[in-house]
Amino acid sequence: MAAPLTLLLIVAVTIRAVLFRSSLAELIPERVEVVSPLNAWKRVVEGLALLDLGVSPYAGDVFHETPLIIYFFHFVSDYAEIVFMVMTRLVGCVFLLQFRKQKYALEAERYPLDCLELIRTPKEMYYIPLKVAMFYLLNPFTILSCVAKSTCGLNNAVIALFILCTVKGSSLMSAIFLALATYQSIYPLTLFAPALLYLLQRLYIPVNWQRSSFWLFTTQYTFMYLGSLCVMVCLSFFLLSSWDFLSSVYGFILSVPDLTPNIGLFWYFFAEMFEHFRLFFICVFQINVFFYTIPLSIKLKEHPIFLIFMQIAIISIFKSYPTVGDIALYMAFLPAWNHLYRFLRNIFLVSVVLLACSTLFPVLWHLWIYAGSANSNFYYAITLLFNVAQILLVSDYFYAYLRREHHLTHGLYLKRKDGSEATLVLK
Amino acid sequence: MLAFVLCGLVYVFVTADVQETNQVKDAEGQTHAVEEERQWEATEVETNLSLTDTPSDNEADHVQTCDRPPPPPAKDEIQEAAEEVRRDSLETNIVDVPSDKVDHVSDTKKTLDDPPPPPEKDRFQEELVIRPLHSGDTYASFQFRTLWDTDFFRGNKVLYYQLFPKSLGQVISKFSVSELHISFTQGYWRTMQWGQPFLPSPPGAELWEWCQDTVTDVDIAWKELTNVLSGIVCASLNFIDSTNTVQPSASFKPLGVGNGNAFSANAVLPREIVCTENLTPWKKLLPCGAKTGLAVLMNSEKVFHSSFYSQALHITPVCQDWQCKSTAWELKRTLNVVFDLHSSGQGKREWSLFKMFSRTLTEACPLRHCGEQFELSPATPLLSQAVVLGDRRTYSVYDLTNQATFGQMPAESGDMLRPLLHGERYVAGYGLPTGEIHTLVYNHHTYRAFPVLLLDTVPWYLRLYIHTLTTPAIYIHYQPSKDRLQPHLLEMLVQLPPNSVTEVTVQFERALLKWTEYTPDPNHGFYVGPLLAVPSVVAMDTNSTQERPLFSSFFPCKEESSYFMRVYTEPLLVNLPTPDFSMPYNVICLTCTVMAVGYGSLYNLLTHTFQVEEPGLRCVPLL
Repeated sequence: MAAPLTLLLIVAVTIRAVLFRSSLAELIPERVEVVSPLNAWKRVVEGLALLDLGVSPYAGDVFHETPLIIYFFHFVSDYAEIVFMVMTRLVGCVFLLQFRKQKYALEAERYPLDCLELIRTPKEMYYIPLKVAMFYLLNPFTILSCVAKSTCGLNNAVIALFILCTVKGSSLMSAIFLALATYQSIYPLTLFAPALLYLLQRLYIPVNWQRSSFWLFTTQYTFMYLGSLCVMVCLSFFLLSSWDFLSSVYGFILSVPDLTPNIGLFWYFFAEMFEHFRLFFICVFQINVFFYTIPLSIKLKEHPIFLIFMQIAIISIFKSYPTVGDIALYMAFLPAWNHLYRFLRNIFLVSVVLLACSTLFPVLWHLWIYAGSANSNFYYAITLLFNVAQILLVSDYFYAYLRREHHLTHGLYLKRKDGSEATLVLK
Repeated sequence: MLAFVLCGLVYVFVTADVQETNQVKDAEGQTHAVEEERQWEATEVETNLSLTDTPSDNEADHVQTCDRPPPPPAKDEIQEAAEEVRRDSLETNIVDVPSDKVDHVSDTKKTLDDPPPPPEKDRFQEELVIRPLHSGDTYASFQFRTLWDTDFFRGNKVLYYQLFPKSLGQVISKFSVSELHISFTQGYWRTMQWGQPFLPSPPGAELWEWCQDTVTDVDIAWKELTNVLSGIVCASLNFIDSTNTVQPSASFKPLGVGNGNAFSANAVLPREIVCTENLTPWKKLLPCGAKTGLAVLMNSEKVFHSSFYSQALHITPVCQDWQCKSTAWELKRTLNVVFDLHSSGQGKREWSLFKMFSRTLTEACPLRHCGEQFELSPATPLLSQAVVLGDRRTYSVYDLTNQATFGQMPAESGDMLRPLLHGERYVAGYGLPTGEIHTLVYNHHTYRAFPVLLLDTVPWYLRLYIHTLTTPAIYIHYQPSKDRLQPHLLEMLVQLPPNSVTEVTVQFERALLKWTEYTPDPNHGFYVGPLLAVPSVVAMDTNSTQERPLFSSFFPCKEESSYFMRVYTEPLLVNLPTPDFSMPYNVICLTCTVMAVGYGSLYNLLTHTFQVEEPGLRCVPLL
């Protein structure tokens, strides 16, 4: 395991180092697909420049990072390349660790005998962590994001550490990293539910409203989470001695004032929105991101890791300023679900659409912005298609997961009452 | 010496002076009873002033004056100062100094140091300077000045307005304005071809105000003021809001002697188009309207058919005496036009009032005392007087055998004296995502370095990246923009070395706006106001007691003297990426469809369970 991992890391670092030194290093950070107003490195540098000028970085509308990030980069801005590489490697290693843990959880369960072929063999399981790390480190989306020095890589690292701590069962560290992720960009708030469910499962506490132990642990975890969040927010306040950052970071994420094109659904919708409906649709679109937590937690309360995957995917699709770095995070989970492959319905179509869209983004951007021979609708159409493909991908995995669960309990080869072969339908 | 170098320039200016003495009778609380001392001396103004290349035309110039008044003392000073540079110039100056006024002026001069002269309550002066430019164009600069010794802010309301426009007086008292400057400009002043303008103004509309510290809510006061002014001058000043208003910390200093100036605001609307509808209300602010006086010449058909047009309104408090014990309100209305007579006149360097304005000066403003004094330069000592049809006329006699009579015409005089400071600006880069603003500031002075304050106001939709700013600035004040709330404000103190070009560049990112935020012609682009360079060594001379031509207040008399100067660069026209304006409904529908696909597929999986399909048990939905 160590040798392939070392090789993988060397390859990943080499690719990034080469790209950092190439002429692409100036081109990639300008790409709207790779950086958003929230995490562009250019804006971090701008924030640092403002800080040096004695102006609050939040006095303007260019800088939207959290105060801790700006002070972090204040010290390491010279080593930014290294930091981003380390962060990406960290994520890779973290994924490696967490899935080694997860395989035991899977094996511990008992299933009907005819489902043996659904259960992964230890040999398959052995390579999953490596595959996950490879999927993350060698994903072009991650590489682009890293070369653009998008702070998205940091957020991904924080979320990965959170997942690792959760899987390892360290509730305090898990709460701290979750609070850090929430502090960075509000959306990881929805990961609270899966983390809690996983920790409860690990401690063999059933999710039962009458049990005092359930409430005790829930309260404990909530306090740890809210406490660390509070500490971070107050620390930010003391660093800058003003609350400006709240509106500049969280207000900016939630109210979507910057309509710079990106791969998400928000920018063109709110550029074309009628002014008096704007608030309504902003509320609807933002609630949409958080809303799925409740039904998904109920449906997947036995499978918190898959719930984490679903939540991360939903966030990265429906968040207000998505970048390809966010997509890379949930795509790294896909090798972990390779046992679902036989139940996926349209994985080929979706992969082709995703690939085609990824290549069409720069093409149509060029036609719109530089050549002037296309207009914004072309680029918008591609973002729509890209998001539809992502939605289909995620719902396909969800479908496959549910179906596998059904087969695990009811057997793989279902029969109708009359003995003929049955087809499964959703009802 | 600054750009006021008249070398090789032909110069004409016309002034009419109106003086009104109001005596206040305090009896029984009556506020005002006006005793006007109006004397009328009929004069005929010869308007067909023409000055051409051909020397014979000089003789045809017969210039009328009423008396032969001694030149005003202040005028002498100017002439002394400018003497060295005028050596080759051929000038025609027409100065109106009324005969009784001349006495008064000399009185003032005598008693300047001792007791101050009895202040006049209300005075009105008008002046026209015509100046052929180096490029062959002709520059006409009108100036109408009203001085009023009153206090708008004392308890009692000002009820009686004589020569000061009531609408502006009410604005001053209501909004506690201590200084107000409005300018409307169409076209760009080509500094390198035309020299320094008398009063620089940016293309479009500019509004600049200082208000008293008694104003409690400056934002609301500013908003109301812009709306009121937009009604008075009939312009779209109501588009001034927080997104284009800046409060510079250093670049703007009050021009007058304002004390207690608490708050200044400056706004530029580079897109504003100036037209007849702005000129008409502006003419109404003159005491004589457009019926008589120099304002007759403002024929909108001709005035707007020009290369450059600028009208401005300046209200400043000025000193009344040397000690500056009391202040008076000065309302200065200027109108500057550059006519392209060179090309329309078949390349001949000749002009006349009729050619420029399609009008002639028929009648003076009825409030004036006397006729005009026309000054010709180079002055001739020979004046002959003759009575023609009972009208006394004075002729200037030139000796044509003397080469100095012709002076040197601008075309032959070689290089025009270059303006000392000059700015240029352009946008670099290609494509619509980003760009770079380049600003070049030239100092043409051969040995003197100038510290200059650069003021740059950039609208919020061009997001400046201050870390990309390259500038030799000593001091930078930067106020970043807020989306849809405030523009970028960048002030830099730059030392311009002698004979140098200073370049300031900054990168920006173009924002995609909401579709309702675009102008009606979005692909035309968005105007960005010009960069303003203010040499920090100069300040306006606030003393108005000196009797001298009005325009001379814009120029230094000596090297060290203080004067007002600003240098504007070109405004920028920047294209922004545009959404498709024709399909908001489609976009709303399509995006909502994608949302619904996401919601629907998840909802489907969340609420349904897998079941074996039984042919017999198929549920038929009710609908």
